[in-house]
Amino acid sequence: MRKKLIKCFVEVFAVILSLVIFGIPFYFVILNSFKNRTEAAEMNISWPSEFRIIENYSEVLSTNHGVVIRAFFNSTVITVLSLLVLVIISSMAGFILQRRTGKGSNLINFLVLTGLMIPPAVVPTIWVLNNLGLFKTIQGLVFVEAALQFPFASILYKGFMATIPREIDEAAIIDGCGPLRLYVRILFPLLKSVTSTVVVLSAVTYFNDFVNPLYFLPGAKNITVQLSLYHFTSMYNTSWNLLFADVVLISIPPLILFIFFNKKIISGMTAGAVKA
Amino acid sequence: MMQLTKKIYSYKFLLPAGIIYFTFFLLPTVISLFFSLTRWTLTDWEFIGFENYEMFFTESSLNIGFRNTLIYAVVTSGLKVIFGLLLGVFLCTEIKTKGFLRSMVFFPNLLSTIAVGVVFSSMMHPSRGIINMGLKVLGIKGPDWLGNTNIALFSVALTDVWKGVGVATVIYIAGIMSIPRQYYEALSIDGGDSWDRFWNVTLPLCRPAMNSVIILSFIGGLRTFDLVWAMTKGGPGFATDLIASIIYKQYQAGFYGLSTAGNVILFLGVSILAFPLYKYLSRSEVDL
Repeated sequence: MRKKLIKCFVEVFAVILSLVIFGIPFYFVILNSFKNRTEAAEMNISWPSEFRIIENYSEVLSTNHGVVIRAFFNSTVITVLSLLVLVIISSMAGFILQRRTGKGSNLINFLVLTGLMIPPAVVPTIWVLNNLGLFKTIQGLVFVEAALQFPFASILYKGFMATIPREIDEAAIIDGCGPLRLYVRILFPLLKSVTSTVVVLSAVTYFNDFVNPLYFLPGAKNITVQLSLYHFTSMYNTSWNLLFADVVLISIPPLILFIFFNKKIISGMTAGAVKA
Repeated sequence: MMQLTKKIYSYKFLLPAGIIYFTFFLLPTVISLFFSLTRWTLTDWEFIGFENYEMFFTESSLNIGFRNTLIYAVVTSGLKVIFGLLLGVFLCTEIKTKGFLRSMVFFPNLLSTIAVGVVFSSMMHPSRGIINMGLKVLGIKGPDWLGNTNIALFSVALTDVWKGVGVATVIYIAGIMSIPRQYYEALSIDGGDSWDRFWNVTLPLCRPAMNSVIILSFIGGLRTFDLVWAMTKGGPGFATDLIASIIYKQYQAGFYGLSTAGNVILFLGVSILAFPLYKYLSRSEVDL
């Protein structure tokens, strides 16, 4: 009986501790984004004297000719285009790398694994983009994002490809399917589940990316969500309520993805980690 | 059949990936080796040998990055290994709020680093921040988390652990779940208590998971840039400057050759430290 009581006590304590450590920051941000300027500047978690929810959020959205809205638009465009390129190149690569083995494939596998580990060379990438006329353009950033996420995505595709029997390929070929049709009409639809994992995980990565837009997409016209938050930190260093409101706005898209694809995200991340 | 294989699984399918991966990742990596030996303005370059590297190793505002980066990587990966394990074991026990807590611990990982940096910088404010207010209630005088040169690096590292421990936890949970029940049953027949279960079964058999956590968080720590940049910009002084933030500072200042030398040092460093670590860890795994 006593042992059970101790166990119960430990459990309650651990639950409360995790709630404090992981819950308070969220509570703190959301509550302070509702406060007025002077109260938010105190940065505490006391109950606000007035709720300025609509005022604060509309001020963030309208500030600087709607820079936040433009940033959301740009980030969405970059995310969608990067995902499109990424899915096409890595699913085709995963298909061939799993079906064909040999000297060539070994070298390619090594190069892909390298990309998983070593950080990209920044200024030389700018040099390449510049020579191609892609520096400071959305297309340029999209290619870089696709290239950097390619190792992870192609490894997931390769792993999943192994679960699709070769007999399917053979049957299709006998029925007169060419290689391209085999891939587009038969194999790609079968890869649906891993495609959705890649899309969800990479969408979060792209949307939250700060470093690559900072280097490869400078300029006010092409501002992204994370860069806009970063600029706000110097612009709003006295208006914490607005800064926190922006933090909340920016965290909504990942939250929505997490609510719908919770299991997919977690299993994808562990699979990627263990295979790598 | 061989002929047919070659025809169907044609390397042509690799072309789109190959072109993009080569142009935007491999090529910059290779040419960085050359440009790190130059004084460089993007349009023009002058060969200066190893001068950039010499500068990186002798200038104290630059070589502090080596020490800081190593400390940062060891501290963050060490803490993620330990706390991830504790949380993983805890969240595999039969508790009612398991699902909710798992989501709660994991979610910070999906937040943007900049957002997390902004929030924690304000929580770590020396006089008004809620961390020090909380400590005051307990009668402890909290330090100036981000302003004190001796602890600023650790404050950023702790924030990193808060954000990233969820991934470590889910990797451990996957590892622990894959341990066959029979081992625990055998142990309980032999009369082992819960400590024995942890020490003699869970811990040795979740080694593969632990190795993934070590490698991933160590490499992640070596490469960190955005969190430091959002919280301290390398300051106070150079106390939290990591190699990646120095690369950015030199780039901003227009020293492209020097910045690229930093990049080469970083990726050589990652390869030199990470590959042997990986070899060593995978040798000490226990087979199920």
